[in-house]
Amino acid sequence: MTSWHLAPRASPSRAWIWLSPVTALVLTLIAGAILFSVMGTSPLQGLSVFIVAPLTSFRGWSELALKATPLILCGVGLAVCFRANVWNIGAEGQLIAGAIVGGGIALSADADSPRAWFVWVLLASMAGGALWASITAWLRDRFNANEILVSLMLVYVAQQLISWVVQGPWRDPNGYGFPQSELFVAAARVPVIVDGLRLNAGSIVALLAAVTVWWMLARTVIGFQLKVVGLAPMAARYAGFSSRRSLWIALLVSGGLAGLAGGLEVAGPIGQLTSTVSPGYGFAAIIVAFVGRLHPVGVVLASLVMALFYIGGELAQSRLGLPSALTGVYQGLLLFFLLACDTFVRYRVQFHQAATV
Amino acid sequence: MTPRLALCDITKRYASTLANDSVSLAVMPGEILALLGENGAGKSTLMTVVFGITRPDSGTIAVDGVTVDIDSPRRARSLGIAMVFQQFALFDSLSVLQNIALGLPAAPLAAIESRVLELAARYGLEIVPQRRVHDLSIGERQRIEVLRALMSSPRVLILDEPTSVLTPQATERLFETLRELSADGVSVIFISHKLHEVRRLATRCVVMRAGKVVGEVDPRSESDASLARMMLGAEPLPIAAHESPAGGVALAVDGLSFVGSDQWNLDRVSFEVRAGEIVGIAGISGNGQQALMAALAGELLVEADAVRLFGQAVGRLNTAQRRALGLRYVPEQRLGHAVVAGMTLSDNALLTDLSLQSSHVLNVDKASERAAQIVQRFGVRAATSAKIETLSGGNLQKFIAGREMLAVPRVLLLDQPTWGVDAGSTSAIRNELIALRAAGCAIVVVSEELDELYQLADRVVVMAGGRLSPSRAPQQIDTAELGRWMAGFWPADDPRRASAEHAA
Repeated sequence: MTSWHLAPRASPSRAWIWLSPVTALVLTLIAGAILFSVMGTSPLQGLSVFIVAPLTSFRGWSELALKATPLILCGVGLAVCFRANVWNIGAEGQLIAGAIVGGGIALSADADSPRAWFVWVLLASMAGGALWASITAWLRDRFNANEILVSLMLVYVAQQLISWVVQGPWRDPNGYGFPQSELFVAAARVPVIVDGLRLNAGSIVALLAAVTVWWMLARTVIGFQLKVVGLAPMAARYAGFSSRRSLWIALLVSGGLAGLAGGLEVAGPIGQLTSTVSPGYGFAAIIVAFVGRLHPVGVVLASLVMALFYIGGELAQSRLGLPSALTGVYQGLLLFFLLACDTFVRYRVQFHQAATV
Repeated sequence: MTPRLALCDITKRYASTLANDSVSLAVMPGEILALLGENGAGKSTLMTVVFGITRPDSGTIAVDGVTVDIDSPRRARSLGIAMVFQQFALFDSLSVLQNIALGLPAAPLAAIESRVLELAARYGLEIVPQRRVHDLSIGERQRIEVLRALMSSPRVLILDEPTSVLTPQATERLFETLRELSADGVSVIFISHKLHEVRRLATRCVVMRAGKVVGEVDPRSESDASLARMMLGAEPLPIAAHESPAGGVALAVDGLSFVGSDQWNLDRVSFEVRAGEIVGIAGISGNGQQALMAALAGELLVEADAVRLFGQAVGRLNTAQRRALGLRYVPEQRLGHAVVAGMTLSDNALLTDLSLQSSHVLNVDKASERAAQIVQRFGVRAATSAKIETLSGGNLQKFIAGREMLAVPRVLLLDQPTWGVDAGSTSAIRNELIALRAAGCAIVVVSEELDELYQLADRVVVMAGGRLSPSRAPQQIDTAELGRWMAGFWPADDPRRASAEHAA
């Protein structure tokens, strides 16, 4: 009789570190196909609408890059946090805080404002996101409060805050009572790259952010210290690195990038403040960070995949009449399979004949 | 005569190492068998196989000539095999009797107590059943473990490094008990890496090296040197002799106290280390050595003037700041403390580099150059781009010690510098220490290996219960005296004198 068990590897498999997300993606698509057939749609048709259709036009690719932008920004920020063992689950809240502060600056512009006004909007949104994250950092630093819970709960506070802002002080007086602000003036909006498409300079900013974060993690003393604190807190104390400093840097960087993502959304495709500035980019970015192996290049690739799920979900709704909640199901499946596949980074399957004694 | 226990061709492979490589051995009824070998030779793995904790990849076990399948400790116990582990599994808040009763089938406590007292009297294991475990010394706790093992009337008793936590006196008492058990027909398997103990106790000795049995001898007719050669596979390098006068005070500790958990207490510790001197700190692990090293290195901040480096009060400075003043530290725990698992040798070479204090951009080339230097100078067998956790114990410690020594320390602290390190690397590290001393470095070595301290130290002090004994030159104190000190009894221990000193 042949049986099998998981045997630990001598050292983590480098191949599986990257094979795991690829395998998880394949398994997600297989499970997704099964899901389509259960819902009464041909799996082939479903998948083609969900993942092929968005990629068949230039417009499709530009939408993909647009959707990937906030995911990249939040994802690389979270990669910094998670590398430093700081469990920031609140990128969504930091994104919203960035949208509020950036939106405030955008609303203060008028027709005479210089064209570069949007730069102030983006800088303000970074400050807003960093400020929101610093609440978590301060409570953790001062009172040793659990950053997972604090950052997560601050998401709901931020959601209430933006909802109040757009229904109260900043509501568009000519907006028929909808919970949204006035449209931003042109000077406060991020310039588009190609006329006629929604793709804007934000995508370039996101790529630059990914490169900068890569450089910070791989080539700077601060990045080295963050990694050491994350991998081995005792070794960090031995080396003389401050874990408090790591905490603050990680949360300020990731908060700032998430805030920037919020600013780019409201000053980009949305063009105003609404009560729903994000379809959960900050939470999806957690999955992005892990699928991307906490590496900025991986995060960019994973962001494109997740962005595809967002667009695919919308298309599945409009063309096949399926619920757009499919996006969330796909995201969940991907994370689920990733965690399962990650087992093979540290373990391998060993087959053996059952001992006969 | 049929052996009580016979192992045949036991093989056990862990991911990258062959822990046991077709090991065969047998023990007769009433025999005391010593299993001798260095740390990592595969002794403990073999015994966990016998006790049913580890499943071997192949091989057979026979008890009284009958092949058995031991798949759990419960099965082992039912076959009359009992084991006393190195790590005690006792509940501090329960009494001695309750701790013993916990591992047994339900029975009236009174019945268990009478049996415990009977066994205790028979084998000279003095205990008071009603005492709480947290009040007991390490030696007393071990007696509970031995008694617990004896409750099942075992025919084979395995003890894993039972003396590593005992003073020489407590060791002697344990040996008396083992001899009486042997006289009653119980087979005793005694795991150790201490040669003189093996020679005193055992009638037969199986020597293991790198997972294999390399010899079987009567230890009483062997010398320490011949046993060591068999155990290590090579003659250890002789240690260079030393004749260097000590210089000025490099490190001064004055009235250092700290109240932490049980093993983290420091009670008015004062001592000095001079340039060109090695001070050895003896003591049983868990008597405050860790807290002391942390306080000296800067991982534990204390009152500013409790620790002075070259006259400067450094008690409030962190490790990096003290490192800049020339203080270097080789901690006991290697992976996760001295180096970061998951990073390469190059990255780890940077961990304690002073350049991290002053620059913002990593000098990647310099890091790999530094790692290459360490690898070459100290004979570390690994590539600088390899992950640090792939190194063997000896190579890893050579890398860590090498990293700190290459930085030309003025004061060097080492905690268990050669624990689990192979003989070649051990003597290489010790010789480097002696060269450093000749160059004027002040060195503090914490070690549980008395041999190491006798070999290296100019002065020896003892830590017990968070206090530090007076210092002695190793020639002036024998192991028996040192053993009494390790139990906390040293000359200045007279309470009136101590308080008079304190008042003064």
